[in-house]
Amino acid sequence: MGDTNNRSSKRKRNGNRSEQWRAALFLSPTWVLLLLFFFIPGALTFYLAFTNMALTGAAAANTEFVGFQNFTYMFQDETFRISVWNTIVFLIFSAVVGQQVLGFLIAFLMNGRNQTFRSIIGSIVISGWVAPEVVTAFVWFAFLNDTGTVNAIIESIGFKPITWLYTFPMVAVIIANIWRGTAFSMMVFQTALSDVPKEVEEAAMIDGASPWQRLVRITIPMIMSSVVTNMVLITLQTLGSFTLIFALTGGGPGNSTETLPLYMYHQAFVNYQLGYGTAISLILLLIGIIASLLYMKLLKVKL
Amino acid sequence: MSSVKRKRPLFNRYMANRALPYIVLSIIGVLFLLPLLWLVLASFDANATLLLKLPEQATLENYTATITSADNQRSFVNGLILALGQALLVVVTAGLASYPLSRYQLRYKKMFMYIILFATGLPITAVMVPVYQFFLYFKIQNSLFFTILFLAASALPYSIWMMKNFMDSVPVELEEAAWVDGASIWTTLRLVITPLMLPGIFTVGIYAFSGSWGNFLVPFILLQSPEKLPAAVTIYQYFGQNGIVQYGKLAAFSILYTMPAVVLYIIGQRFMSQGFSFGGANKG
Repeated sequence: MGDTNNRSSKRKRNGNRSEQWRAALFLSPTWVLLLLFFFIPGALTFYLAFTNMALTGAAAANTEFVGFQNFTYMFQDETFRISVWNTIVFLIFSAVVGQQVLGFLIAFLMNGRNQTFRSIIGSIVISGWVAPEVVTAFVWFAFLNDTGTVNAIIESIGFKPITWLYTFPMVAVIIANIWRGTAFSMMVFQTALSDVPKEVEEAAMIDGASPWQRLVRITIPMIMSSVVTNMVLITLQTLGSFTLIFALTGGGPGNSTETLPLYMYHQAFVNYQLGYGTAISLILLLIGIIASLLYMKLLKVKL
Repeated sequence: MSSVKRKRPLFNRYMANRALPYIVLSIIGVLFLLPLLWLVLASFDANATLLLKLPEQATLENYTATITSADNQRSFVNGLILALGQALLVVVTAGLASYPLSRYQLRYKKMFMYIILFATGLPITAVMVPVYQFFLYFKIQNSLFFTILFLAASALPYSIWMMKNFMDSVPVELEEAAWVDGASIWTTLRLVITPLMLPGIFTVGIYAFSGSWGNFLVPFILLQSPEKLPAAVTIYQYFGQNGIVQYGKLAAFSILYTMPAVVLYIIGQRFMSQGFSFGGANKG
């Protein structure tokens, strides 16, 4: 069986030269676009991260190869350390915990409820995901503002208003990002939960398992692969997240919400240190590459 | 007797268990809705503030002012040029690529698909600085055309992935029948494959369009002239500015800018009949 398959495919491969040419022709626009605007810039990152390229100052006139200078500087750079820490805090609390737990909770509670009710709640949650990031930033800028809705509610129950964007800027961007991204995890978990066979849960129920036991011992283990894949995907999404924080706090006040993408932007386009900015990009890219490889491994695609 | 006594609390507990998910979900729904509700109400309010309130004077003034402003019109047109140009380019390029990837035996196919899948995961943010340097070096920055090319390239990996899956589901028999009847490959592509691929073409097109319509970072970095900036960047500039911001107008602008994304999402749902799939489902 396998042998005949092999032979016929071999015949096809050798016999049809025009197919090979046509394939090359059809794939050529893809190659051109990807090489020019995706892989070359990606490869450039590895080169430019080791230069002192700048738009102003002495280094602007002649860009030089400086070896690991950007990276030795990076490890002494206090702001870099802060931005790594901010990235980790933002990633864990807004995506890995916030979006996933809330997304799972919504999907789990929705499972088997009234269809109309489900689609109303689902649409509301998804609208936060469909709205462009700049709009999300604007909406949350208003909602958490000194004179915004949240403070009006806080005052109405007798507390002092909070200057969210100045006193708790990290909390503000985390909440905004949870609002924006929960829909994605919710949809992933809805699909995963609908694939859990009813019989298994019913059998556990007959055996006298409590709802909590059923959740922890049966439902969650059965959707574990979705949880892990989702975690990698939202990590990749959150890692590159720029617009929401940039438009909401600009990385401030001070550098309290400066994550790696924002620090990269500030170094490259505000301080004009393109070489150092690229070195920070390289760190981001390397984390992205690792997460992306992990994602491919998890998907276990058959090609 | 005792059974009756025990039944009542059990029944109540049953009711509570039934009602609890609805209560929790309703609370979550309200919390998700409130920020958006402000945007909607403020857009109809003649004296909008940052506070969620019913407009004392409901008006369409914010919308008419937004639509009639020449600057806003230009930013919408720029956004449309970027998004449509990119979507068209992506659909054609990914469509062409998906045909041999789905139909032919190619030695490098497996490797190619792995590279494509790998590329769907990479955060675009991480290459923006070198891309800017690349654009600067070849003096192609501040050009809508080259921005479209970059946007297309960044959407291409996932688009090819989706398009190939759609192509795989189109039966080969129909093509073979067309060949037997003497049709050339181009005729087959145009008259047999394309009509059958329409759901795939629309799905990929919608994905590409909404991706660049909502994109802020790419045009923000690659375009400089105010007359070339799309709506995403204009909105940021409006509320990033110091001084008095007219929140009502900005809210109306935001809603008009959000509308295409919402409409396309709803249409896209109808094409995505297989529901939500994991493969490269990265939005960034």
